[in-house]
Amino acid sequence: MSATARPQAVAGGGAVAREGVFLAEQLWPIKGQLALALIGLAVGGLMGLMQALDRVGIVIYKGLLLQSYYQGLTIHGVLLAFLFTFGFGNAFVSLMAIRGFERPLASTFLVQGAFWTMLAGTLLAAYAILRNQATVLFTFYAPMRASSLFYLGAALLVVSTLLTALNLVLTRRAWQREHPAERTPLLGFVGVVTYVMWALASLGVVVLVVFFLLPWQLGWLKTTDPQFNRILFWYTGHAIVYFWLMPAYISWYLIVPRQVGGRVFSDSLVRLVFILLLIFSVPTGLHHQYVDPGIPTVMKVVHLFTTFSVVYPSLVTAFTVMAALEDGGRARGGRGLLGWIWKLPWGDPSVAAQLLAMLVFILGGATGIVNASYNLNNVVHNTSFIPGHFHMTVGTAVALSFIGITYWLIPYLSGRELMGRRLALAQAWLWFVGVLLFARGQIAAGLLGEPRRSSIGEAPYRDLISAGLDNWLTAIGGTLMVISGALYFIVILWTLLAGRRLAQPMEIPVAEMRFGARETAPLWDRLGFWFLVGVILVAIAYIPLFVLYLPLNSVSPPIKVY
Amino acid sequence: MRIETYERIFMVLAGLMLALGIVGIAIGALVAGVHVPSPAGRVDPRALSTTPPFDQPGLRDLGGGKYEAVLVARAWQFQPNEIEVPVGSTVTFTLASSDVIHGFELTGTNANVMVIPGQISQVTARFDQPGEYLWVCHEYCGFGHHQMYGKVVVR
Ligand code: HEM
Ligand SMILES: [Cu+2]
Ligand SMILES: [Cu+2]
Repeated sequence: MSATARPQAVAGGGAVAREGVFLAEQLWPIKGQLALALIGLAVGGLMGLMQALDRVGIVIYKGLLLQSYYQGLTIHGVLLAFLFTFGFGNAFVSLMAIRGFERPLASTFLVQGAFWTMLAGTLLAAYAILRNQATVLFTFYAPMRASSLFYLGAALLVVSTLLTALNLVLTRRAWQREHPAERTPLLGFVGVVTYVMWALASLGVVVLVVFFLLPWQLGWLKTTDPQFNRILFWYTGHAIVYFWLMPAYISWYLIVPRQVGGRVFSDSLVRLVFILLLIFSVPTGLHHQYVDPGIPTVMKVVHLFTTFSVVYPSLVTAFTVMAALEDGGRARGGRGLLGWIWKLPWGDPSVAAQLLAMLVFILGGATGIVNASYNLNNVVHNTSFIPGHFHMTVGTAVALSFIGITYWLIPYLSGRELMGRRLALAQAWLWFVGVLLFARGQIAAGLLGEPRRSSIGEAPYRDLISAGLDNWLTAIGGTLMVISGALYFIVILWTLLAGRRLAQPMEIPVAEMRFGARETAPLWDRLGFWFLVGVILVAIAYIPLFVLYLPLNSVSPPIKVY
Repeated sequence: MRIETYERIFMVLAGLMLALGIVGIAIGALVAGVHVPSPAGRVDPRALSTTPPFDQPGLRDLGGGKYEAVLVARAWQFQPNEIEVPVGSTVTFTLASSDVIHGFELTGTNANVMVIPGQISQVTARFDQPGEYLWVCHEYCGFGHHQMYGKVVVR
């Protein structure tokens, strides 16, 4: 038996387990995008050290060969918010679609194209940033000038996600042709919904770059309207956080329950959650602009309501994922109100990392509700409260979940056993402790008025804000997170370079349902219909805004200030 | 749609939590009077030095304990970067940028607003305690962003 399993594993990892489903020519671009994502995490994370230490006056950016704190912060933001998340999302969701639909992706050309555009985008943006020609942070607000290569690079990263979106939609269609009158498999469906949401959401940034920023930087337009540019940016800028989050939700809903031996409650509810995310993620962007001067107050209130609506599916997620975990804990012999928690397989680094990520997400979500709460936002807007908040969401709920996923995904893709399991466990706990200290520090400093996106270590007003202790917590917590990141890469490289070959090909762990797809009403499988609902909500949230805002106030030429 | 009873309970609970949040916000806005900044007009950043009131930045006494502070934000300073008012004053800050996006955050108060080229920003704060109130630029505005700050001295 093992004699036949071995050569199989050598041929390309666990993925060969299903002939004709996982094709080598589709797997290499998936692996390539995962590799780009992890490079983004490594380099971007390293900048985090420089930023964390800066809080307490340890200014080391010159030692990292950077021109300024802000050049490093641009690298951090672009690599972590765009490359890491997009690369991981493309790779993971594509793979889950293949597994979910039990068929290859509809187009090999598109999946390879996604890899090449991501690579090209990364190289262009990296070149511009490293030459100090794009020190504009990952938000690149006009009228700050950056090299056109930077915009082109960022645009290519988005193109790569859109190619993936198209491929997923085509794959679902192909499946439907092969299985008329059946509900699409949930694992495939949720990935397609994620990318369809993103296709609608990315429209803002695409229009911004193609019709405003590029022509303006190239000199074809003399001036632009910074307030309107920000509206377009944040049209995409809030929904993007759901695009980061939804791949982690896919794992929490459909993979982790299997890993802990539990079942998902019902197919319908998972679909409902993803559909709500599809329709409510986009019409919410103005809650990032509550304190913008040029936006009519009535529209801010409209977006307050849509923002609270999009919190709803996340609250439901908190409850249902917990229930699936409890199901697993009890199946493993857990008793009493909370006894099941200790019975969960905490010794499995993939599980531990994701459970800790979920715990941190509770705090991340709670602080997010503070930001979203209209007038409370006055207190925290653009203070270090905000990075305190989002290192618990994207910086941990998403990042630590992605890390946890790779603890099975990389063995799966490479056919090598995970090495250093204890190190991996230590990694997850260190990140958890680190981010709690970090966030505690950033949040408290923010409430005292410390601004974000500022080189506090070089700021003349540093001692005028009495956040000394809080800044130390940020620095220490951030350093622990970076050490945890280093442990992570040790585990991954060890696995890739010296991991034992798996004796048997691995299976992707997919959870079972109590109530499966057959019991789901057809309405919850109608993607086109829900997309249309999403478009209508976007129209309601944005068309009156445009009407009230226009005409454009194009008054700003490009300005270089770095 | 087939779902569990527990799931129904969660769904209702989640809805109630959010409704409660909205009620809290409404009380903050309608009863406590905490509002977000509203549009205060447009302006050409290239012509600030000839556009009132930004041609003469500084503090104006409006009488009755009310003041207007007209501030110009440019990389990387506020002009003026210090104002002085008596205890009990209410100050309306009117700001505009002459170049890139800046921010204005007055620590220890609810005054927080973006300063975006082309738009006039306005926020109000009341000073009931003597002391120094730091304000900072809280949007990245280039190489010297962290040097951009000012203060209100309340006597
Ligand atoms: C590895 C440990 C990390 C440390 C020590 C760290 C530290 C920091 C600090 C101190 C800031 C605030 C800088 C400022 O406002 O001046 C920041 C900003 C940011 N971080 Fe992290 N971070 C880490 C990991 C991550 C991860 C994993 C992500 C996302 C996946 C992330 C995403 C961001 C983003 C998007 C910003 C905002 C950048 C901007 O304002 O332009 N960080 N980080
Ligand atoms: Cu500034
Ligand atoms: Cu600034």
